[in-house]
This record gives sequence, structure tokens and C-alpha cells, in this order.
Amino acid sequence: MSTEEPTNPSPDQEKIGVYVCHCGSNIAGIVDVQEVAEWAGERLKDRGVVVSRDYKFMCSSLGQELIENDIKDKGLTRVVVAACSPHLHENTFRTACGRAGLNPYLCELVSIREQVSWVHTDKDAATTKSKAVVSGGVERVIHHEALEPLVVPIHPATLVVGGGIAGIQAALEIADAGFPVYLVEREPSIGGHMAQFDKTFPTLDCSACILTPRMVSAGGHPNITLLTWSEVTRVDGYVGNFTVTIRKKPRYVNTDLCTGCGICQEKCPKKIIDEVYEAGLGYRKAVYTPFPQAVPRYPVIDRENCTYFQKGTCRACEKFCPTNAIDFTQQDEFVTVEVGNIILATGYDLFDPRRVTQYGYGRLANVFTSLEFERLSNSAGPTNGAIVLRDGVTTPASVGIIHCVGSRDRNFNNYCSVICCMQGLKFAHIVKERTGATVYNFYIDMRTAYKAYDEFYQRVLEEGTLFVRGKVAEVTDAARLPGEDGKLIVQVEDTLASVQRRIPVDMVILSSGLQPRHDAKEVAHLFGLSCSADGWYIEKHPKLDPVATMTDGIFIAGCVQGPKDIPSSVSQGAAAAARVLGRIQQKQIALEPVRATVDEAKCSGCRICNNLCPFNAILFHEDRMVTEINPALCQGCGTCVAACPAGAISGTGFSNEQILAQIEGLLLLNLQPLHATAAD
Amino acid sequence: MSTNGKPKFAMYWAASCGGCEIAVLNIHEKILDVDANFEVVFWPVAMDAKYKDVRAMPDKSILLTLFNGGMRNAENEEMAHLLRRKSQILVAFGSCACEGCIPGLANLSGKQQLFDTVYDTSSTLNPQATRPQLEVTVPEGTIHIPYFNPVLKTLAQVVDVDYFMPGCPPESHQIGAVIDLVIQVLQGNAQLPPKGATIGAGGSTVCDECNRTRDVKTIKKFTRIQDLVTIDPELCLLEQGIPCNGPATRSGCGALCPHAGAQCIGCYGPAEGVLDYGARLMTAFASVIDSQDPVEINSILDGLVDPAGQFYRFNLASSLLRASRSAWQSK
Amino acid sequence: MNRDTFEPVIIGFTCNWCSYRAADLAGTARVKYPPNVRLIRLMCSGRLDPTFVLKAIAGGADGVLITGCHPGECHYLEQNYKALRRYHLLKRTLAQMGIRPERVKLVWASAAEGVKLAEEITTFIEEVRALGPLDWPGMTGESIAVAPGFLAAEEVGV
Repeated sequence: MSTEEPTNPSPDQEKIGVYVCHCGSNIAGIVDVQEVAEWAGERLKDRGVVVSRDYKFMCSSLGQELIENDIKDKGLTRVVVAACSPHLHENTFRTACGRAGLNPYLCELVSIREQVSWVHTDKDAATTKSKAVVSGGVERVIHHEALEPLVVPIHPATLVVGGGIAGIQAALEIADAGFPVYLVEREPSIGGHMAQFDKTFPTLDCSACILTPRMVSAGGHPNITLLTWSEVTRVDGYVGNFTVTIRKKPRYVNTDLCTGCGICQEKCPKKIIDEVYEAGLGYRKAVYTPFPQAVPRYPVIDRENCTYFQKGTCRACEKFCPTNAIDFTQQDEFVTVEVGNIILATGYDLFDPRRVTQYGYGRLANVFTSLEFERLSNSAGPTNGAIVLRDGVTTPASVGIIHCVGSRDRNFNNYCSVICCMQGLKFAHIVKERTGATVYNFYIDMRTAYKAYDEFYQRVLEEGTLFVRGKVAEVTDAARLPGEDGKLIVQVEDTLASVQRRIPVDMVILSSGLQPRHDAKEVAHLFGLSCSADGWYIEKHPKLDPVATMTDGIFIAGCVQGPKDIPSSVSQGAAAAARVLGRIQQKQIALEPVRATVDEAKCSGCRICNNLCPFNAILFHEDRMVTEINPALCQGCGTCVAACPAGAISGTGFSNEQILAQIEGLLLLNLQPLHATAAD
Repeated sequence: MSTNGKPKFAMYWAASCGGCEIAVLNIHEKILDVDANFEVVFWPVAMDAKYKDVRAMPDKSILLTLFNGGMRNAENEEMAHLLRRKSQILVAFGSCACEGCIPGLANLSGKQQLFDTVYDTSSTLNPQATRPQLEVTVPEGTIHIPYFNPVLKTLAQVVDVDYFMPGCPPESHQIGAVIDLVIQVLQGNAQLPPKGATIGAGGSTVCDECNRTRDVKTIKKFTRIQDLVTIDPELCLLEQGIPCNGPATRSGCGALCPHAGAQCIGCYGPAEGVLDYGARLMTAFASVIDSQDPVEINSILDGLVDPAGQFYRFNLASSLLRASRSAWQSK
Repeated sequence: MNRDTFEPVIIGFTCNWCSYRAADLAGTARVKYPPNVRLIRLMCSGRLDPTFVLKAIAGGADGVLITGCHPGECHYLEQNYKALRRYHLLKRTLAQMGIRPERVKLVWASAAEGVKLAEEITTFIEEVRALGPLDWPGMTGESIAVAPGFLAAEEVGV
């Protein structure tokens, strides 16, 4: 069960305890754990191992007690546990050591489960490898140092980037708890995509009706500073202490004077197609608020399309404004704020279905995107809620709704966009209700997983919508068969009936997928985050930590993390807010002490490291011609440690000595040669 | 002990060029301090003495021996062991003894390849393709020459060394400083540094002593210094694309070469605590290449025409790999 | 040593956020691969010092595998590019030292790519097996102890 060798280690040698876990049969089924423990106690005695045990479940309280008792009774100065992955239990064993009075960072957990017993079948080889892994851990731990976490204060203010439903939820929760929030939104109004929708599934609530009260609360909340028509341009600092620079784009409207009366919009003679809010279906003026319920109510002037800015004439808005609020001289204004935490809720862009040329969007007039349809069906939209064709008058008698446009498709986006099936069903219901048209939904799988979703599907089925399971091959206006003239023909394989179908319809709606914002990668870089290859922001753990990121102090919520529906976005907004509030309550946070330091005596000021740090932790002092690293900004990647030609930079936690020793241990150089040399 | 009461001094050259000897003589009038404070008992360049005289000395009777040159052959190793026995303080003097230096570069080739180059190239008249033999019988008797190690070693790889003085050669002012220190120690006014220390050198790298202006490095191109039409005399050489080893090379020489307009080639060896000098240069140069595209990276690296030579010119014998595979495998 | 029974010993460097997690994922998914690779966890592939590769080779490893996050996905934003550059220069230098550059391989693997990493490891083991043992001498027999002065951390007095 355990091996204790009577030893007299030299006084300057560490006293190392080795613990080999069975993990039930997970490890012991393949690795001879007893042999490994005995071997470590015997062969690594000279390296300082004074006790070597094997035990069924090291992470259990009894297992941890073994370690704690040995630390107290034998005066252990180092601990090596050979068990599962450090990502699971490194903290468990570190805490156990801490309880027994040994600095937690003097404990090393090496994996012989995920990386040995679970992946190898040859028991002898697995046992040999486990010995090498333990040997590597022992050699490494000798060079560990007692470390203390770095404690930094948490600023109580929070930055929320993105004023969609997720961002609004997060901002409201934090503000309601009594802490200040800066809510930054790049459009003139908060509301996000949800403000464009007509109805929301499955309840068919009017989207604006459930959203606008939240928008108004956020706009009027004493703890929320709304910064619309603004963008973050720079982020410095670290968790608890971020310094953020925000560019407030000029509205050309003095918000202190503007009452939101709307006269400027009425009087403006310049009409422009609204590509953003109206999805290109309606118009707005050059001076505009994006929609009537906009928060804040102050309009902006679209400089590119304003007659005054382009030609120097007009100025109608200025003339008619009763409070003289128009100010053409406004410039970009930069504000800098200090915050403790940041929540990114920047949402999604719609997949551009023009890319799927065979569906004809942009070429065939009566093919619509999902957002265009939302605007059509919205009673405040360009057609006042009438479902009509592009001519603006004709009601369709038949409508085809295509699911998975741009999603689940290796040619475009490989992932499922989550909401398009429900969205397609919602459209089917609305079309049926408003027009009585024949509705076809073309789907691959019906994904209606959440609360009341499948019941909605059943309802739509009962309403008489026709479902065809098959990926639509093309949408064309080239009539071939009788009855197809003047129609859009949907060519699809009906896989359930095993036939090809050509279905003529008046209107096609493409349930377009969601994709990351066009500048998602740049924005991620600005905040020091990473995106997956798809462009969605990477959460700290896909199962257990969906709103945190790898960067401490920065959280994500809503579709920026991946496609999701409104309840999920709201949940994530609330979750991120809760995490932030937890941090604020603690007032301070302990940072992992894995970071780099420069030995100034050795530093020659060559500056080779200076542009290697994406976190701006490396500073050069011109006066002393040496480089310094800010320990709070340093994320501990070790790139500068590896790059320094003078060896002047050392890294705690992953020092040269530790890694070189681990290499020696893994190659069993601490014992004997690996295999006979070919030379001499 | 000694005939006139002065502590004994020796200097020996193994596989070397003689430059270290010259560097010592270059301390000019300080040589009188040496003469005043020491009795020179063995210094082949300066006086006549035989190995049998050294063998006859009592063990540890020489206070200070400056040993330069690499361990190329059996004679070098024998003398290293001998002088180690006879000396209290053995200093690996100069780059050859410390790290192999230029003779160590031969470790890139196998033994036969070395002999072929030396004894059979177009500038050598050797019609019978004669090669050195360990033992040859001539009318006068049998002659022996020392065994040629396929891999050159440093002094410390053969015997226990007390101190290291790097440089090719160590700068004369540094030699003078060390001599002053030893004299102070003899007079009881100073302590010797801890055993194993590097002396006569600085604690940082050459950039520390270099006056050229410098900024962050972004290398788009490496170029040989002789291929440049103009070289900015004020600006860091590395920033001009010239591969300068200064950032990784121990300070102490006063950045002589960069100040004279040439790149540092690294004769003072690695900085304190560095395990492999070449690796430091590899990582430093590579880290500041301004490209993320493998094709472009490789095209920039093409400008470093001889990486092993650039990175290990002085240091190969004491690097982690020490010699090429063919050198290790040759007999 | 009979080439048929040659089992290469390979040291692998992984990064904490991507490739180490990929190795863990291969474990959780019970994907099998041969036991010839012994992994070391670094925080980032940018931590990879060529010294580590040289140490592994000088210590008797027959091959070295370097892994990290895909370009553009590095947890520390762009540090894997530094690893990429060092890797290319290292290979050129190793070639001059008579070491086949194929013995050092760089592989990108994201945290989700457990199967892929296992496949890459398996492939690399076979590639190194075909190259034969490297058998780098120097750590056995004669002393390779580099001069204490070069390892000393003490300040230099003069």
C-alpha cells in the first residue's frame, strides 16, 4: 500500500512525498500503481523522496489526509501527486497542502490518467511511462518555490459593451445592485437585434413590447451611464483595474438641449434606405433616430448622407429645431473610464444569404432574409405589418421558408445557428395568420429543444403548414412546368418521400444563420480575448463556465459567445452580472502568481523582449536602459522568458530550472541512461 | 615552498592560437606587478621549461595557473590533469578553455573529414595521402603523437576548474583587473569570489556596454554586414538586419566590435546562468522576426546563411549538443 | 539495437489552454495512441525555449513534439507565432548539427481536437521510428557537466 524508506536525506535536500492514485480502476486497471509507488520510493530516494504511497482515491478526504499527515509528521517540503489532470484537481491538492502548512505551490500534480492509463493499452509500457512521469514531477518539484498570489483591488464600476438584450440585462442587474455601469453601444440606440423583431417565439410576444420597458429602465437608471453612438478604442489594465478609452462619435445634436421631439426628422428632406434597422426595406432621414422607441431619444446626423455635410446647404433641422440643439461643429469625443470588470455582449451579424447564390437572394426580388421578414411583419415597419411582396402591394398566396441557410454547411458555416428552426416556424405561423397563404417549411432537422418550443412546432403543424424534409437545392424563376410561370420555384429533395419536388411559391423567406460580427476578431484583440476559428468568443469552459473568458475580469454574454435564443442571452447577461457582482463584493482578487520578472542587473536593455507582449506588460525605462515587467498585467505566458538572450527574465511557476529538471526526470537521466549509445 | 617566497604562477596553452598569451603580455607595465608578486614557474611562450619539471613539482605548489586552449588531444588532457594536480587555483583562461572557441568549431565535422581537409586539400601537397599515425617507426626509433579526440572538450569537461575568464582573448584591462584582485587577496585585502565564478567579465551582455541607439526590434531581413552599402554608425546593428550576437554575449569587453562598426560575434560567451548560448540567440532572433507566415519567415531566415556558425562560433564545445552527430560517431 | 524493436522516446511540449486540454480530451474520450511520448505542460507554446529541445535531444530523446494553439487562437493572442519562428530557426540549426529536422515537429491542436492530437502523436511516433534511434551521446559515460561557472546563479564579483 505504501513504501516508507528509512532515509537520511542530506540536510539541503528537499523531503518529497510521492502519492500515486489508483482512481479506482481508471488508473490501476492499466498502470501497476503499487509498482510505481514502490519504484519511486526506492529509485528516487537519492533525489529526496522520503515517502511514496499509492491509494485508491487521492482526491477523497482520506486521500488528502494522507498528504496532510505526512506533511505534518515527516516535515515534507514538496509533494508530487500522480493522478488525473491538473485541470481537475490541482487546486484540491494545493489546498490540502495549504491546510497542512505547506505552501500550495510546492505541490505538483502529474497526469497518469488522461495521458497514460486512459490512452495506452500496453500495461508494461504504461507503467514504465508512469514512472517516467513521476520522475519528471519529482525533479520539477524540487525547483518549485513558495509563491504568494498577487492581491489586487476591484474597482466597483463595470463596463458593458453592447446594448442588446444581453447587455441590457447585465447592466440592469449590476445597476440595480447599486453599482455604476457604463453601457457602450455603437448604434444610436440600445435595443440590438431584438428591437427589429416583430414577435418572439414561442409566446409570440411583441418583441418591442417586452424589450422597450427594459430599454427605458436602462436609459433612465441613475447607475447606468449610457454611451450610445460610441465605441471602445483602447483597453489597458487588468482585472479589477481596467482603463478604457471610449470614442463618442459626434451626433451633431446637443443632448443637453434636445427634447427628442422629432421635428428635425420630419423636416429633413433627405431620405435614405435604412440598411441597418429596416434591413434595407424602409427609409430613414439623414437626421434620424433608428426607431420610435429609441433610447436615448436623441437623433444622430448621418454625415455621409447629410446635404449640409456633403454640399454645405440645407440646414433644415437646425432651422426648425425649437431648442437649437443641432450642432454641426461636434467632433469625436474621447472619454476614459476606470472599471473593475468588463462584459462583452456585442451580439451577432446575420449571415449574408447572397453568398448562397443558388437561393437567389439579391437577384430574385421576392426572396427575403429573416430580418427583412421581421421588418415586414412588424406593424411599425415599412409596410405597417402587411406581408407583401417586393412590389409593396401583392399579398403572397404561397410562401416557402428555407431553414439552415448558411448554417450546418461546410461551404459556409459549419455550426447550427440554434434559432433558425424556431424562427422559421414563427414565420410560418405569422404568414398563415396574416395571409392565409400556403406555407412550406424546408428543413433538415427540426430543432425545437427548449421550453414550449416543441409544442409550438406541433401547433404550427396543426395550423396546416406543410413541412418538407430536405436541403433546398435552388430557388429559381426559370419556369419549366405548368403553374410555375411568374413564381419562384423551390427545387428540393423530399427525403421522407424519396422524391424530388419543384414547389412554386410567391415568396421565399431564408432563415439565415447567425454569424459573428464582421469585426469580432478586431474587437476581441482589443480586449485581449481569443476567438475560435469561427469567430465566436471563447468561454472559459464550454460546459461549466460559459460566461467567463480566459482573461480575468472580462466576461461574455449573449450571441457573442455563440448563437442562442433570447432567454439564453438574458440568462447569460444575468450570469455575467452575477459574476461581476460577486467580484465587486469581494473588493479584491488574488491573481495566480505565474508571471515573469526581469533581473535588472542582468538586463542589458537590448529591447528584444519589448514588442513580444500583447498585454503591454513589458515597459522599457529609457533613463536606466532596462526593461521592467508589470506583474499585474503579466499573464504568465512565458514568451519573454524564452526570448531573452541574456537569460535575464525568469518566470515563476514555469521556470527554466523546473522545465529542464522535468525533462531530465522524464528521460530518467536522474537514474540511468535511456538506452545504450551507438557511439563509442 | 618557493625559492624566493613568492607564490608560484603558471600559464599553459593547449589547443589555442597564442592570442591569450599576447593578451597577457598586453597588460604592459602591469607585467611588472606579475613579476613582483609571483614566481613564474611554467609558461612555455615566455620561458624554457619541460613537462618533467612540472611533474616534479609538489602537488598544489603552484598558486595560480592560467590555462588556455581547448582539449583537442591526449596531450592537452594530460597537461590539464597534471596542472590541476599541481595548482591550487586553476583558471580556464580565454574562450578556448572556457567553451572551446574556434577549435571547438571543428566539432561540426567528423574526425576523418577534418583530417581530409587538413591533409588533402588543393593547397596541401600530399601525393601519398599520408595521415597522422599514433605510432610510427623510423630509423631512430618509434615516435608517438597524442591521440586526437574526435570531439574537442573544454577544460571543465576534463578537470575541476576554479574560475573562468572568457574572451577571445580576455581583454587586457580585464586581465589586469584580475591580477590586481589576486594580488589584493594575497595581501589579505580582498576575498576570492566563490569557486566556479566567471571573473574578468561583466554581469550583463554586450548591449549593456554598447552606445548604439536602440528601439523595439522588428526584423524583416537578415543581411551580412559586407552586403550592406551603408551602415548607420549610431543605430543598433541588429535593427539594421545585421545579426549581432551582442544581446546574448557576456559583457566585459566594452562592446569593442560594435563600436568599431562590426557585429559582435560572441567571443565572451554566454551570460550568467545560461545553459546553451546558441539557443538564446536562436530564440532572440526568431522572436523578433516580423512575420507570421511560415513562407515569409523562412525567406527571412534564408538571410542567416549559417545558423550553427552564427550561434555557436565560440561556444559549440560547451553547448548542450557539443558536437555534430558525425563528430560524435567518428573514431 | 534491433531496428525492429526500436521504441522511440519522444518529449512533447503542450500548451496549457489548447494542446494540453486536447491531450486530456483524448484521454476522456479514451482515444488510444502509443506510449512513446512524454508530455510537458507549458502555459503557452511561446514559452518554448530552444534550450528545452536541445536538452531533450542531448538527454537521449529521439524526437521532440511541439504543440500549441492554432494561429489566431492563442490564449495569449499571438505568442504561438513566436514559437513558430523559433521552430523554423531551430530546425535549420539542428540540420547543421547532423540531426534530421524531421525529428522535431510542430503541431497545432485546439482544446477540442483530442482525436486529431492523438492521430498526430501516432503519426509522429512512426515517423521517428522510421528515422531510427538518435542515441545522442554525452549524457552517458563521460561527464557532460557543463562548467559550474556557467550554471552558477551567484553574482559575479569582478
